[in-house]
Amino acid sequence: MAPRKATKRTAKKAAARKPARKSAPKAAVRAAGAASAARYVVPRAEFERIVERILKFSRAEETEVAVDATTDALTRFANNTIHQNVAEQGISVSVRAVVDGRTARASTNKTDDESLARVARAAEDLARLQPPSKNLLPMLGRQKYEPVRRFYPATGAATPQDRARAVKRVVDLAAGREQIAAGIFSTGVSQTSLATSSGLFACHEQTRAEFSVTFLDGDSSGWAKANFGDISLIDPDALAESASRKARESRQPTEIPAGRYTVILEPPAVLDLVGFLFYDFAATAVDDKRSCFTGRIGKKIFGENITIWDDVYNPLQAGPPFDGEGVPRQKVLLVDRGVPKNLVYARGTAKRLKAKPTGHGLSLPNEWGEAPLNLVFAGGKTSTEEMIASTEKGILVTRFWYIREVDPYQKILTGMTRDGTFLVENGKVTGAVKNFRFNQSMIEMLASVEALGPAVRAAGEESFEMVVPAMKVRNFHFSEVTKF
Amino acid sequence: MMEDWANLALDTAVARGATYADVRVIDLRQRELSTKNGQVGTLVESESLGLGVRVVANGAWGFASTDRLTKQGIEKCAAEAVAIARASALAKLHDVVLAPEQTYVDTWQSPFVRDPFRIPVDRQIGLLLEADAEMRKVAGVTIAETGMVFRRLEQWFASTSGSRIHQLKMQSGAGIVASSFAEDELQKRSYPNSFGGQHALRGYELVEELDLVGNARRVAEEAVALHTAPQCPEGVRTILLDSSQMGLQIHESIGHPIELDRVLGMEANFAGTSFLTLEKLNKLRYASDHVTVVADARLEHGPGLGTFGYDDEGVPAQSTDIIRDGRFKGYLTNRETAASVGEKRSNGTMRAESWNRLPIIRMTNISLLPGSWKLDDLIADTDDGIYMETNRSWSIDDRRYHFQFGTEIGWEIKGGKKTRMLKNPSYSGITTEFWNSCDAICSRDYWTLWGTPNCGKGQPMQTMGTGHGASPARFRNVRVGIAFSR
Repeated sequence: MAPRKATKRTAKKAAARKPARKSAPKAAVRAAGAASAARYVVPRAEFERIVERILKFSRAEETEVAVDATTDALTRFANNTIHQNVAEQGISVSVRAVVDGRTARASTNKTDDESLARVARAAEDLARLQPPSKNLLPMLGRQKYEPVRRFYPATGAATPQDRARAVKRVVDLAAGREQIAAGIFSTGVSQTSLATSSGLFACHEQTRAEFSVTFLDGDSSGWAKANFGDISLIDPDALAESASRKARESRQPTEIPAGRYTVILEPPAVLDLVGFLFYDFAATAVDDKRSCFTGRIGKKIFGENITIWDDVYNPLQAGPPFDGEGVPRQKVLLVDRGVPKNLVYARGTAKRLKAKPTGHGLSLPNEWGEAPLNLVFAGGKTSTEEMIASTEKGILVTRFWYIREVDPYQKILTGMTRDGTFLVENGKVTGAVKNFRFNQSMIEMLASVEALGPAVRAAGEESFEMVVPAMKVRNFHFSEVTKF
Repeated sequence: MMEDWANLALDTAVARGATYADVRVIDLRQRELSTKNGQVGTLVESESLGLGVRVVANGAWGFASTDRLTKQGIEKCAAEAVAIARASALAKLHDVVLAPEQTYVDTWQSPFVRDPFRIPVDRQIGLLLEADAEMRKVAGVTIAETGMVFRRLEQWFASTSGSRIHQLKMQSGAGIVASSFAEDELQKRSYPNSFGGQHALRGYELVEELDLVGNARRVAEEAVALHTAPQCPEGVRTILLDSSQMGLQIHESIGHPIELDRVLGMEANFAGTSFLTLEKLNKLRYASDHVTVVADARLEHGPGLGTFGYDDEGVPAQSTDIIRDGRFKGYLTNRETAASVGEKRSNGTMRAESWNRLPIIRMTNISLLPGSWKLDDLIADTDDGIYMETNRSWSIDDRRYHFQFGTEIGWEIKGGKKTRMLKNPSYSGITTEFWNSCDAICSRDYWTLWGTPNCGKGQPMQTMGTGHGASPARFRNVRVGIAFSR
């Protein structure tokens, strides 16, 4: 693709520094092979040693230490063969110092004493060189966190052979059907810890498994993707079967005119659109007047059937139960039956705006404040099949692609359909259509939802994973048609 | 020490059965600073040192990386790369074949005058706060933002073919943005470009030349003025694009489709494929006769984000014709894809984000060569058109046919004169139709080598800087305004 806003580079982790749109999970994962039976990348004792050393070396008034360790492995295939196959392991030690009301951060991936002393000194020196910060609060002491289960040993133990064997079955399926498969199978482990000189020590471990596949069939294509902490929930064969079927059914697409259509959006299509709303729920964004909710809190702008929470404790969600400053994350009702009700607050934002922190702060120092990273939409009971059956004329969308914001306040997004776009007529899918460009306001869209499917953990390519339903939406604006 | 690490990794890989291996040891240092409304936002320094090993074993690829730079850590990493390659061979259709390349023992450094890491941070922050304050002097500005980013990347490359290459790249970038919210509308202006401003393989002298403070008030005033400007009309029009928007137009509708890995289906699951299928080489009329585009990674092209001495598989920087007088002439290749399409040699485009990523085909400096027009003459020659400046939104389909761009500001051209300001400009089109409608390009005097620092590609995702040289240009019969069509 092309220039991207900072994205889901580790959906959670990147966003912990800056509200990023998304980037491939920088993850953590365990490289394969002999070491794969070990539970964690770095033993807890090593984390504690690093924190202890930094706190010893630091001469700042207050010191915060964040240590992240990851192993990640990704098997990539295209043209029915594995063409890239990678593994990485790394550690990051990040130190924030507070000196005379000023704060700054320095980080390294070297963990010897000399390097740890140097990074502690660098953070202090940087802090001294800037003007005092207005809203700096004392660092947190010890906190209590609600436990979340995010670590699955089987995911951490996956080997390159495990991934290659699954890929082999998928590419054999494609070859047998004279189709071409491309995709990835990745697994990883990440550990993160946060400590302060005031006594806070927070730790979190999680695993991640992801399978994504595209089937090409002449001039058509189909796609499917899943992402879970537990690898046993990933079924590469079923995903391949779905992508294969979509590719086959997408053959010989016809061109129909652009215009406003009823659309049935599968969960990945919904995810990649509504994911663009996440930073709008930050109190700092509203205060800066760059959120689409500026002046709209408490007003009914979406349909009665739209309710949204941020909820890290939802079993389909991922991530640690604490924020970038160590504040316990709270479940926050963001939108209640169409009405934006609440925002999320970092500690500093909450103090400035006379509110309570919600546990959504990003790592300091930053200019963004906070962000909800665990959006959960209320689902409904209408299956995709029922949505199709109830549609006289509409478009069934598998996924969207290259979505970018055109207007931040009306929240107009543009992008393309991709990998399976179908015409629905008189309650049935009647064939494939050429891909559309859309220009659609999210505010209008969420006021025009006619039916919702059950909320599921969806994985797309433009937003980090969230819990969203399929949606049937009226008057969706397709503005132009492309060549395929 | 770096060479010792690289040699240890190579020796281990070969001992484990690799038939080819290359190693990159990278020492990266970065500084990021930003302000918002008079307060320091980000103030971070980071360093990262690590090693990545790429191998062929059993005829298939494997790659592993580590920051545990001990004998044991490096040996384990290299062994793991070989084990991964053997796993790749479980789903192999044919053995990896690489186009031949000479071996090189060399050192290369990007030139810079002032090391940005030796400039005191308080001085850098002071400059940003000054620009920030200048923007906020304009009534109606709701957010003033500024930023600088510096990267120093030192790299040692070694391969079992015998190459030993040391490179040092210094990169600087800076920019400012004024935003204004009023009456249900958020408008913004950036200088000298969106995407964090201008970025180049240069030192702090780049920041000093930009004159952020001197441009702060103008962009702030324009951001506020946009609220009262009329909406860009919808219809089919003549448009002129400024050189920064031309840079992104080149990036999206020429730079990506010419990546041979995309053309060959290797990116089908994520970034997509390309309409530039192999039979189109040397046959397709990509653009009008006015258009010549090169992929040039050599320093003589300029200090772009796609400039280097050698790529990340040890191939020297080259200049390749992409479009010559409108005809499609070349792809971006690496050693593997070059061999697969019968080319004698890679044209040197393999790059990785850091030590923990596999090199993949990336744009170097994909640049439109200048024409002969003066900008004032081009405007005077345009009876009815819209001049669009500075990218605001961008999107293109996964085969790179259909695009839509929005820019921050537009100017109506009537009777050969730039007249009133227009807000929310946008335009869309089909790649080849658009480039064939180009009828004028401004001269070298208006040509800038823009740095795009945030190009995403690959799985796992890699962010890479690319360069795009361009001057303002004119296009006929372009659809405008559709992004805001109701």
